[in-house]
Amino acid sequence: MARELMYRDALREAIDEEMERNNTVFIIGEGIAERGGSYKVTEGLLAKYGPKRVRDTPIAEAGMIGVGVGAAIAGARPIVEILYIDFAMLGMDMIVNQAAKFRLMTGGEGRVPFIMRTQGGTGGGVAAQHSQSLEAMFYHVPGLKVVMPSTPSDAKGLLKYALRQDDPVMFLEHKHLYMTKGMVPDGEHIIEFGKGDIKRAGKDVTVIAWSNMVPRALEAAARLAEEGIDVEVIDPRTLVPLDKEMILTSVAKTNRCVIVQEAVRRGGVASDIASIIQEEAFYDLDAPIEIVAGLNIPIPFNLELEKASVPQVDDVVAAVRRSLHAKPLAQAAE
Amino acid sequence: MSEQASKANAPSRELLEKLFKTAYKIRVFESEGIKLYRQGLIRGYFHPYLGQEGIATGVCAALSEGDYIASTHRGHGHCIAWGADVKRMVAELLQKDTGYCKGYGGSMHIADISVGNLGANGIVGAGTPLGVGAALANQIKGNDAVTVTFTTDGASNNGTFMESLNLAAIWNLNFVLVIENNQYAVSTRIEESTRETDLYKRGIALGVESHLVDGNDPIAVHEIMQDAVAKCRRGEGPIVIEARTYRHMGHHVNDPGKYMPADKLAYYKERDPVDRARNALSEMGGATAAEIEAIENEIKQEFEDAVEFSKASGEVSVAEFRQFADIY
Repeated sequence: MARELMYRDALREAIDEEMERNNTVFIIGEGIAERGGSYKVTEGLLAKYGPKRVRDTPIAEAGMIGVGVGAAIAGARPIVEILYIDFAMLGMDMIVNQAAKFRLMTGGEGRVPFIMRTQGGTGGGVAAQHSQSLEAMFYHVPGLKVVMPSTPSDAKGLLKYALRQDDPVMFLEHKHLYMTKGMVPDGEHIIEFGKGDIKRAGKDVTVIAWSNMVPRALEAAARLAEEGIDVEVIDPRTLVPLDKEMILTSVAKTNRCVIVQEAVRRGGVASDIASIIQEEAFYDLDAPIEIVAGLNIPIPFNLELEKASVPQVDDVVAAVRRSLHAKPLAQAAE
Repeated sequence: MSEQASKANAPSRELLEKLFKTAYKIRVFESEGIKLYRQGLIRGYFHPYLGQEGIATGVCAALSEGDYIASTHRGHGHCIAWGADVKRMVAELLQKDTGYCKGYGGSMHIADISVGNLGANGIVGAGTPLGVGAALANQIKGNDAVTVTFTTDGASNNGTFMESLNLAAIWNLNFVLVIENNQYAVSTRIEESTRETDLYKRGIALGVESHLVDGNDPIAVHEIMQDAVAKCRRGEGPIVIEARTYRHMGHHVNDPGKYMPADKLAYYKERDPVDRARNALSEMGGATAAEIEAIENEIKQEFEDAVEFSKASGEVSVAEFRQFADIY
């Protein structure tokens, strides 16, 4: 059985269930207690669990992230909610030099079950310091898990898993997704990291997308289906660990691949996935890998310019067409 | 200040012995460690705690099992005072697989979470939020454990100093921030780093009970720390203690410390914390010269044994390391 839930309610269910199950799970953040958070994810948790486990913090990101990391090292299970991923940059020392390194530095003995929940992406003209997609910064740092759910079901299952494993997790939500709806299985619903999901099966072209690019890729696929083009949309769901097997299997089937990321093109995760595919599946490819990504630019305020900065459905459609119209390598050589 | 206080509460022979043993063990570890470094047996960075032994010694003697500490880049003294196994510490510095971190961490990262040691830290100031976090974890678990972060004058100008102390304050955490003010951030004098050189006053600004103590007096440090721990366990934390001290040498083994004025260094060496612990043990504790010599010999032997143990220990395994790397 399943119910239809909004992304934000699915996240709340995950937190609620895990707080119920384990009394060392707690959550801190700006305006998350009485106010219930900017996106209402934590609404009602203060009333249910009290001020000891649901706490508002002052505006001090480095401090609160650091305190979360310390609490995790000492055996609790903190969730630190950071309002915007842009603000997580204030706490980078604690994420990069402390949380990510502790396990190795202690010869494997020390563990850091620290979760930073935050949200990124463009949406509604919130401009350059509230719109970024910064997953590549965390993806680059060994020791961090990077999770980017695109659906309510994935959001719930992955957050529950995050709260039961022992490594630092960057749980990156998208501001556009909180109000989206989807079916969420009843009962204990847990999704292991490193297992991607085929969001739409198809045989002609593989489109790899995550977070808010998944609905756009699906919309592009629906449009292309009208022309008889059968797109497979796959969502790795976690970028670290990455479900390479799902990606390579899909590419082996379709022989064509488009990778879509909202983040800027330069130094992005899409480039790394492309390099993995060319290294491990070069001879499966009938066309160059297409990357559809944000411009290498800070996000502007003007809504038209904002749209021009990040991939739109049309961009995905165009990339799939380019991929299909490219001649197979053997022919090109003739 | 401290002398009077010490006389009012005559410390037991047992405590005096403990303080001297700890201070002397740190002194031996650092002086002998420097020799190993000079011989090329220890590589990387080595920040000696020489001259500051009184602080870790006095602080840790006031803590109990179940409590937590977080340390600095100059962390050997804190580990030893916390009761760490010198064998495993030396093995870590010698990059051996029997070290605390299997040779993966080194001098700046020795930690032992199984006994509440959150570890040394290569990032100046990072121990403060981590320590406050441990205190928060213990508050949530509902125990009365106290967490101490050893921090420094250098770290006190880092943003997380105020951010995390403020969190400890608003949440009434069982947390003691011990600021080891050795008056240098690497080579920069404290007067160049801040206009208000009384660092404990920063705690007052956040509504936190704050004290200044002579960091070269292990008995005074212990006394003020005991009081701080008792207050924390009663739910009256956090507390700030600034312990003023001075290094006996430069920032690390290869820093000759030429910027340290000779007269100031002489002033602090006359107030050497290890000598003071030794004198207290003989004068207040009634220990004979022979008894003190026996303690010293035992500690020197312990260090020599640790070096032998480390030399005989296995090398790290690259294959095992590769396997470990796979989890990333």
